[in-house]
Amino acid sequence: MRGTISLLLAALFAPFSAGAAVAEGSLTIYTYESFTADWGPGPIVQKAFEAECSCNVRFVSVTDGVALLNRLKLEGQSTKADIVLGLDTNLTTDAKATGLFTPHGDLTNEVDVPGGWSDDIFVPYDYGYFAVVYDSEKLKDPPKSMAELVDGDPSEKIAIEDPRTSTPGLGLVLWIRKIYGDKATDAWAKLKGRVLTVTPGWSEAYGLLTKGEAPMVLSYTTSPAYHMIEEKTDRYKAASFAEGHYMQIEVAGMTKKGAENPLAGKFLDFMTGSKFQDAIPETNWMYPAGRTDKPLDPAFGQLVKPAKSLIYSSDEVAKNRKAWVDEWLSVMSR
Amino acid sequence: MALGDEQIGVAPLDGRVAAGAVALAAVALVAGGALAGLVFQAGSDWSGAFAAFDLYLLRVARFTLFQAVLSTVLSVAPAVVVARAFSRHPKFPGRALMLRLFAVPLALPAIVAALGVLALYGRAGIFSGALAKLAGGDWSGVYGLSGILIAHVFFNLPLATRLFLQALDTVPDDQWRLAAQLGMGARPAFRFLEWPAMRASLPGIAGLVFMLCVTSFTIVLMLGGGPRATTLEVAIYQALRFDFDPARAVALTVMQIVLALVIFIAITRLGGNYTAMANLSVTRRRYAMDGKGEKSFDLLVIAVATLFVAGPMAAVVIAGLGADLGRLAADEAVRCACFTSLALAAPAAFLSAGLSLALVACRRALEYGRRQRRASWLEWASGSGASLILVLPPTVIGAGWFIILLRLGDVYAAAPAMVIAVNALMAIPFAVRVVQPAYDAASARNERLCGALGIAGWNRLRLIDGPVLSRPLGTAFAFAMALSLGDLGVIALFGSDRVQTLPYLLMQRMGSYRTEDAAGIALLLGALCLGLMMISDRLGRNAA
Repeated sequence: MRGTISLLLAALFAPFSAGAAVAEGSLTIYTYESFTADWGPGPIVQKAFEAECSCNVRFVSVTDGVALLNRLKLEGQSTKADIVLGLDTNLTTDAKATGLFTPHGDLTNEVDVPGGWSDDIFVPYDYGYFAVVYDSEKLKDPPKSMAELVDGDPSEKIAIEDPRTSTPGLGLVLWIRKIYGDKATDAWAKLKGRVLTVTPGWSEAYGLLTKGEAPMVLSYTTSPAYHMIEEKTDRYKAASFAEGHYMQIEVAGMTKKGAENPLAGKFLDFMTGSKFQDAIPETNWMYPAGRTDKPLDPAFGQLVKPAKSLIYSSDEVAKNRKAWVDEWLSVMSR
Repeated sequence: MALGDEQIGVAPLDGRVAAGAVALAAVALVAGGALAGLVFQAGSDWSGAFAAFDLYLLRVARFTLFQAVLSTVLSVAPAVVVARAFSRHPKFPGRALMLRLFAVPLALPAIVAALGVLALYGRAGIFSGALAKLAGGDWSGVYGLSGILIAHVFFNLPLATRLFLQALDTVPDDQWRLAAQLGMGARPAFRFLEWPAMRASLPGIAGLVFMLCVTSFTIVLMLGGGPRATTLEVAIYQALRFDFDPARAVALTVMQIVLALVIFIAITRLGGNYTAMANLSVTRRRYAMDGKGEKSFDLLVIAVATLFVAGPMAAVVIAGLGADLGRLAADEAVRCACFTSLALAAPAAFLSAGLSLALVACRRALEYGRRQRRASWLEWASGSGASLILVLPPTVIGAGWFIILLRLGDVYAAAPAMVIAVNALMAIPFAVRVVQPAYDAASARNERLCGALGIAGWNRLRLIDGPVLSRPLGTAFAFAMALSLGDLGVIALFGSDRVQTLPYLLMQRMGSYRTEDAAGIALLLGALCLGLMMISDRLGRNAA
């Protein structure tokens, strides 16, 4: 019995010790879990880049972008990351403040996100919009604007995420703030009656939609594409809001450690190229931030096209996040 | 030497005391290490710690304790009745299966259980029509305190029932025979036989359930409806995960520990000191002495409890059967996660059962050897203190140790060991509750004999205690393993893409729209847990 256990343990530890060694010609990328999952972009990207550079790509993944930033703060100068992929613009000011990142230099490919892009450190690889996704079998008359959502029938509920524990939750706080400004508190007070529940993260909230518990959930405009392409159903739709949709841009950056590794710069360039970008829409379920070789699946053509992209600069978010989340908290805990 | 209890002292360096001290030190090391790591990281910036204490936090703390106390009462009080009913009817078809089912909720990740509960009582739940009629109008679901309580009772009623049943098993059969000979009815039998046995473990079980509810996170947030119903655990999670403010996290954690400690001591002080029955069992038969009304009441209690626990589980099974199970079974990632889960949970459970035995033996040795009425702190700590590990949030343990390991070497290489160690410690409170009544009863019978014959240490464990303890130890092992299988907290911090357990995979699939896969994995997790309980039951029976 004891022999079996130590054998099991040896088998378990083995991949760790092997992976921990930094081989020559290898690139270490820190990212989030859904990126490296079997069905995520990770495996495709890894294969394509390894074929190009004849090197070794190593992924280290954590729960999400916030966990990613915290992992970096914990590791500080001793981080093993060459590339950090998966922060969003709400986090980049904090990320720069760690002093761990270095400018990306020249990129041969163009990046293309609504509103344009200029940042000497971070490079975007995809973007998306927050949206209210609803079950069309349960909800015949979805809200057509944030105002309609806020003022609508309180018996038609929405599940939202907690901004203290999740990025979409924070997204809704920023979205409402962008539309209502200083009157955001009043909007929240009205919306509160429609909120079925506040979940710790996106998974819990989305589970409530698919289980039929809530007819609406805060998610992304691209969520219906998953159901259309993978499940062949158009039951779940995103509501198009007249005021526009809040945007999330996902970025990657090179660390100071990565600056010493020539592969890091190459990867950022590769990331904005079509081999990487082709993988994004149907694995990460976001819009590519660069040119793709193959056209998007027709399902993407049926998605909500926001009339306006709403976004705060990274600095504004960093400066106000605490106050705005506290504002949300004070209304919701009443 | 055999003049009386007060003269049979235990040598200060009894091996059992030493083993218990080592086990306690291990618990203290993990808890203290985590906090030390965070304190180190916080450095000199303690502003966050002071800013943490505001009016909002006061409300949060109040709600945390309020729902935990209520959940504990609602879980433990019915469990006394249910356990008694089960114990009075040791043989009816399906009994063993029901009791094994009662161990499954432990392994279910909170989100799965919450969705199971909602499938019955939610707005779109099976009972929503009936509930709407009862409520006289629209059924708005169970969001709020009611949802939290239902989910907590679903988790903890079966747990408490199994633990009480374990305590009832320590009542020697001879006492039952005697009671039958005296013509004792159900009421006096409860008063003289069953209640004392359960009363002895009541504080421990209540304390355990209380702490599980204090730290409840996903359930409270998801079913509570919003920040009105929020817990300290959320505040701690936010301080670390979102703000990365170690000072604040430490301050809040210390607050959570102190609050839990105060209530915990109050609960454990409620229990009087009931010594276990010291008679050696001769007979093996139970003598039933139930009237007809009594019997139908018991069966009704069992039926209601089983339906309550099985309902959400049935929802989990139905959802799981909707998944493409064939594809999942062939999925390399699922098989790999299955293997990883078992490979992490087995040593954790082994370690946990061992440490618990050391703690229980240490407590008993000290209790037996002491001369004064009051227990020493070491006796208290080995008896109940180790349970406090449960109020340390997994995020705090994970982050604290991450910081330390980072400075010591390769964090990723240490990850599996860390997960095993933390899971082992987290399961101690469960394992102790199972092993303690049996050990104390055995000790009450054998302590003098062992003292007189000079049997101690390994020989005593092998010859005297081992045969009696094999069954509860088997149960403790299975409990600990179920708990480790379902763990998400520690693995979420230390697991990278190279250590994927089943719950981790479940959350991952759920997080990328694959809810059907997630349901299938939840079913697998429950089935694994049930299988483990069956194996442990079989092992325990053969050994006894």
